Amino acid sequence: MHIPDGYLGPYTIVATWLIMIPIWVYSARRLGRELRSRQVPLLALSAAFSFVIMMFNVPIPGGSTGHAVGGAIIGIVLGPWAAVISISVALVLQALMFGDGGITAIAANCFNMAVLMPFSAYYVYKIVSGNSEVTSGRRTIAAAIAGYVSLTLAAAMTGFMFGIQPLLHKDAAGYPLYMPYGLNVALPAMIIEHVFGFSFLEAIVTALIFAYVQKADPSLLSHGRPSRA
Amino acid sequence: MDKTIKKMIAALAVLTVLVPLGLLATGETFGEWGAEEVREKLGYVPRGIESLGSIWSAPIPDYSFPGAETFAESALAYIASAIIGVVICAGLLYMIGKKLTAGRSD
Repeated sequence: MHIPDGYLGPYTIVATWLIMIPIWVYSARRLGRELRSRQVPLLALSAAFSFVIMMFNVPIPGGSTGHAVGGAIIGIVLGPWAAVISISVALVLQALMFGDGGITAIAANCFNMAVLMPFSAYYVYKIVSGNSEVTSGRRTIAAAIAGYVSLTLAAAMTGFMFGIQPLLHKDAAGYPLYMPYGLNVALPAMIIEHVFGFSFLEAIVTALIFAYVQKADPSLLSHGRPSRA
Repeated sequence: MDKTIKKMIAALAVLTVLVPLGLLATGETFGEWGAEEVREKLGYVPRGIESLGSIWSAPIPDYSFPGAETFAESALAYIASAIIGVVICAGLLYMIGKKLTAGRSD
């Protein structure tokens, strides 16, 4: 799901940076206001965890490989604004140091995996949880569903960004300049391999960690400082 | 440091050592092909992929070191990359978090 350099054209690159810069600034402010000091070790661990979990490439039938992101559990436990910062740090490091994801695509990759993912996970978890107890099984299931849905959405958005490139950028002879496959190929390719594969992995990872936190220290699941508007 | 965090650190350490399992998966990832793979698929390389594709030279490309050829060598490089990632990610956010919460008692 890490879009490399050369796959997105200038319109998408500029648009995603223009969207991400204010999101990063605002997330940092929210984090500064709401982070509790006892959450600091958790925040540090979350970015490291996201970095490492993305290194576990898993094959699926059809010859494709992919990985979980950890974005859902981070969004649920630390809240989506903290997750934006945490996962972005992991993604920026992957791009700069390891060439995993392009540097021009950092904003696009952060939008998909560090914004769309934790936010969708957070709201799916909230909705499915309803008023249930923090330690209830319903919340564990809510976390699993949040993992599944959020990675699928991130994959779909990645497929969408890929797929619009041939529409936006062609040379005089009609050849695509960047990602050559359009929406008809990129969107189903990204969605299908996640719906039938990697999103289950994210669901399992999310549920396992969530169940552990429920058992070990459910107080971590009550959210950050109430923000003073 | 409380017990839950200690256990999470231990779990993360175990994951870090186990990362070479992620190398066992062979196959391509949609949209993450190199220029040569694109050429094989299409018969040409789109100009943007050709020109922008190598805009950045990462110090440790693909989590591997030059000369790492056997599985054991690649696995070691992969673990070393994971350690670098963990230390930088955790260290950076720990410092940021400490700074942001300075003076808070909760």
